[in-house]
Amino acid sequence: MDYHSPASFAEASALAANATGITRFLAGGTDVLVQLRSELVTPDTLIDLKKIDGVSDINSNADGSWTLGVAATGAEMSEHAELGRDWPGVVEAMDLIGSTQVQGRATLTGNLCNGSPAADSVPAMVAAGVSVTVTGPEGDREVAVEDIPTGPGKTSLAKGELISAVHIPARGENGGDAYLRFIPRTEMDIAVVGVGVNLRLDGDTVTEARVSLGAVAPTVLLVEDCAKAIIGSTLDDAALDALAAAASAACNPIDDKRGTIAFRTEVAGVLAKRAAKIAYARAKGEQA
Amino acid sequence: MSKFHVSTTVNGDTVEYLCDPRETLLDCLRDKLNLTGAKEGCGTGDCGACSVSVDGRLVCSCLMLGVEAEGKQIETVEGIADGDVLHPLQKKFIEHAALQCGICTPGILVAAKSLLEKNPNPTEEEARYWLAGNLCRCTGYDKIIRAVMETAEELREAS
Repeated sequence: MDYHSPASFAEASALAANATGITRFLAGGTDVLVQLRSELVTPDTLIDLKKIDGVSDINSNADGSWTLGVAATGAEMSEHAELGRDWPGVVEAMDLIGSTQVQGRATLTGNLCNGSPAADSVPAMVAAGVSVTVTGPEGDREVAVEDIPTGPGKTSLAKGELISAVHIPARGENGGDAYLRFIPRTEMDIAVVGVGVNLRLDGDTVTEARVSLGAVAPTVLLVEDCAKAIIGSTLDDAALDALAAAASAACNPIDDKRGTIAFRTEVAGVLAKRAAKIAYARAKGEQA
Repeated sequence: MSKFHVSTTVNGDTVEYLCDPRETLLDCLRDKLNLTGAKEGCGTGDCGACSVSVDGRLVCSCLMLGVEAEGKQIETVEGIADGDVLHPLQKKFIEHAALQCGICTPGILVAAKSLLEKNPNPTEEEARYWLAGNLCRCTGYDKIIRAVMETAEELREAS
């Protein structure tokens, strides 16, 4: 295995473009090292991104948006009070992943590129409208998070391409987000269902919404029917029921010992309602 | 396959080693530096027996490559005591018999020290969540949590 620690994303991209065999990028490494050690994936080329300047930064931009480096860890996100005030759902989703030790290394970008349908941070990022910069041999392009995963363990990134930054939109007025997941225990487990909700209000009425489901299909889903179910409503019981029905209808889950198809489908609706209520309360400025 | 020369700081001492890029920090600590306090339990970041602090951040040394340690400040369980004088956490663990087989203990001590440095006054719930990534199959955790909570109280009174 060749190990490289390039000084720029362009250099990292060139290394990957010219590499033969299996290439992996190393940010937090909490998935890459597990796969390496268990001999599931032994990369021929490992490209460590942590020597690139600014790669661990969490920056707020003048327009209120946020730019996160690809190696900014879950622990650094959780300790960032301003980021947590703007996007509590995104930060809480990231914080649900693994232990304190894992949080010290794990990153949003790694969680996304690992391609797990059950990745906790991904539905929250999709709901929040997060995009990433993809650097490749042809230069940079902006890609919505929902367009990165293409199936379990697979992404739309081509050979030589890698994510070089994460962009979280400006929170803006009267908005709130939330992420909830179901696991069979209280901590340290993988989502059986995950739901991210992000919405904006005008008075009591929902004017914008994005709802995303995790662990109920081969990729994380952005469900427009869920958004339609609550836009224009005051999140009354009828809207919540319509939201739950739309969430359940979007599910195409696997059936395994951790959750049956029927269970995951039902729980997606329940969690969608609960997450929407939290996001709504946050948009109203209430602590939730 | 070429080896990498790594220069890093462990418990305040500058150390150097040569490593294969596939070797983890845990491998390097144990096999090259003879610091065998950090244990390999699972090797997949689930059990916390290999916990160390890197630049003040608690991590699993099995989830970090040895080559990534270049220029870092690493603290292991071997650096917790001051010579022959045990750290208050170590004393409390003995007092409370907060260990049986002892395999998880180095990782728990490193993790608990990291908690008390960040949060000198944790609630029991905070302590339990902080240590959720440190598995112990002997004690049932209660004695560990009591030892940590009492140490926190003692350190607050001393400061």
